[in-house]
Amino acid sequence: MNLIDVRRIQTSVEDIFHEGGPRAEVPLRRGSIAAVLTNPYAGRFEPDILPMMAALNPLGLDMARQLLKAMDVPVARIEGYGKGAIIGSAGELEHGALWHVPGGYAMRELLGWQGDAEAYKRGESSGGGADARRAVPEGIDPPRGADQAQPGPRGAQLGNALAIVPSTKKVGAPGTTLDVPLTHINASYVRSHFDAMEVRVAGHPRPDELVLILAMSCGARVHARVGGLAADKIAKWDGLR
Amino acid sequence: MNTLIRKLVVQVDETHREMGRAVSPPTRRALAIAVIHNPYAGRFEENLDALIAIGEELGGLLGQRCVQALGIAPEQAQSYGKAAIVGEAGELEHAAAILHPKLGAPLRVAVAKGAALVPSAKKQGGLGTAIDVPLGHKDAAFVRSHFDAIEARVADAPRADEIVVAVAVTDSGRPLARVGGLQHHDIKGEDGLR
Repeated sequence: MNLIDVRRIQTSVEDIFHEGGPRAEVPLRRGSIAAVLTNPYAGRFEPDILPMMAALNPLGLDMARQLLKAMDVPVARIEGYGKGAIIGSAGELEHGALWHVPGGYAMRELLGWQGDAEAYKRGESSGGGADARRAVPEGIDPPRGADQAQPGPRGAQLGNALAIVPSTKKVGAPGTTLDVPLTHINASYVRSHFDAMEVRVAGHPRPDELVLILAMSCGARVHARVGGLAADKIAKWDGLR
Repeated sequence: MNTLIRKLVVQVDETHREMGRAVSPPTRRALAIAVIHNPYAGRFEENLDALIAIGEELGGLLGQRCVQALGIAPEQAQSYGKAAIVGEAGELEHAAAILHPKLGAPLRVAVAKGAALVPSAKKQGGLGTAIDVPLGHKDAAFVRSHFDAIEARVADAPRADEIVVAVAVTDSGRPLARVGGLQHHDIKGEDGLR
């Protein structure tokens, strides 16, 4: 049985110029991609759902690449990310959890993460700390920010996409919206980049479908001004600060 | 308390069966929501200190309400999250001012510890807008069984000059969690990740 049956792909890209305050010099671009899939486990309790998790890896990478293309920016412009899943009514919340590894891995791979993919799949690695200090292989562009990175107590940046990818999931009817959280790709605590994007595919998920979502942004909230850790002050390169 | 609260909503969501299977003990998620007046509605204000102070008050209040609703000791809390919906006369940044600078510290007192980031979402909306509040393990963000979200919605809020602020706390992970990864009982709980 083929576990991956894509029924529909929807991408959305938006530019935010201002929100009642000063007009941004560079508008904030945010994008999302949602894939509607057949849920192979709909309608019954299936104890072993892990085969689909592995099978989703190529789709995740493909979606991440398509989203970047739709956003029409170099990969170095991506500063925030998030992911999510909506499960149709004949499925189970746990089916949405299958997206954690392939969805997170896909965007991190695209953004130049240098961590241990196998450890990530086991849930043992965030890509921060020791992983972040692994050498960058030849043929890969130096990660954005590496040249101006200030070495912190745990060393300088040698990878990218160090931060955990934030997520939401729920069971919903066709047309259900999901608020997909966004955080900075290298340090979860960067306050200016905490955000969320509402994603909705009209007519989906049907009862036997899953909607799997990736989202990326090119910067801070358009009028960010509540202090906290700034992106240019990331120092620990541990995925958090 | 300086926060002008119009409404306080507390919900507990228990899952006893999922996909025909018993969930034992039931997974439980509490949600505490405050509907507050937005002191900066209708204008662009550079300094957002009043909302930062409101966030500090609500972190403690809403966190405690969740723990009380679950009837647990603070140490028994397992995951948490936060979110805000700004009414149409406000600005997205007003949500950031409530959620990020000061809400976390008193919330962490309410749930005992809280080494991990409090996951969050924010948006603007009208009456009855729902927001998906992300949930993550409070001491180790990588615990895969505890990644979740709970929908928060107040039918008559936010009005244009209001903000809906939600905090969620659980004493459990997802029902029937079985996609592997780091487990609740294997965490170190020191760096906030594992």
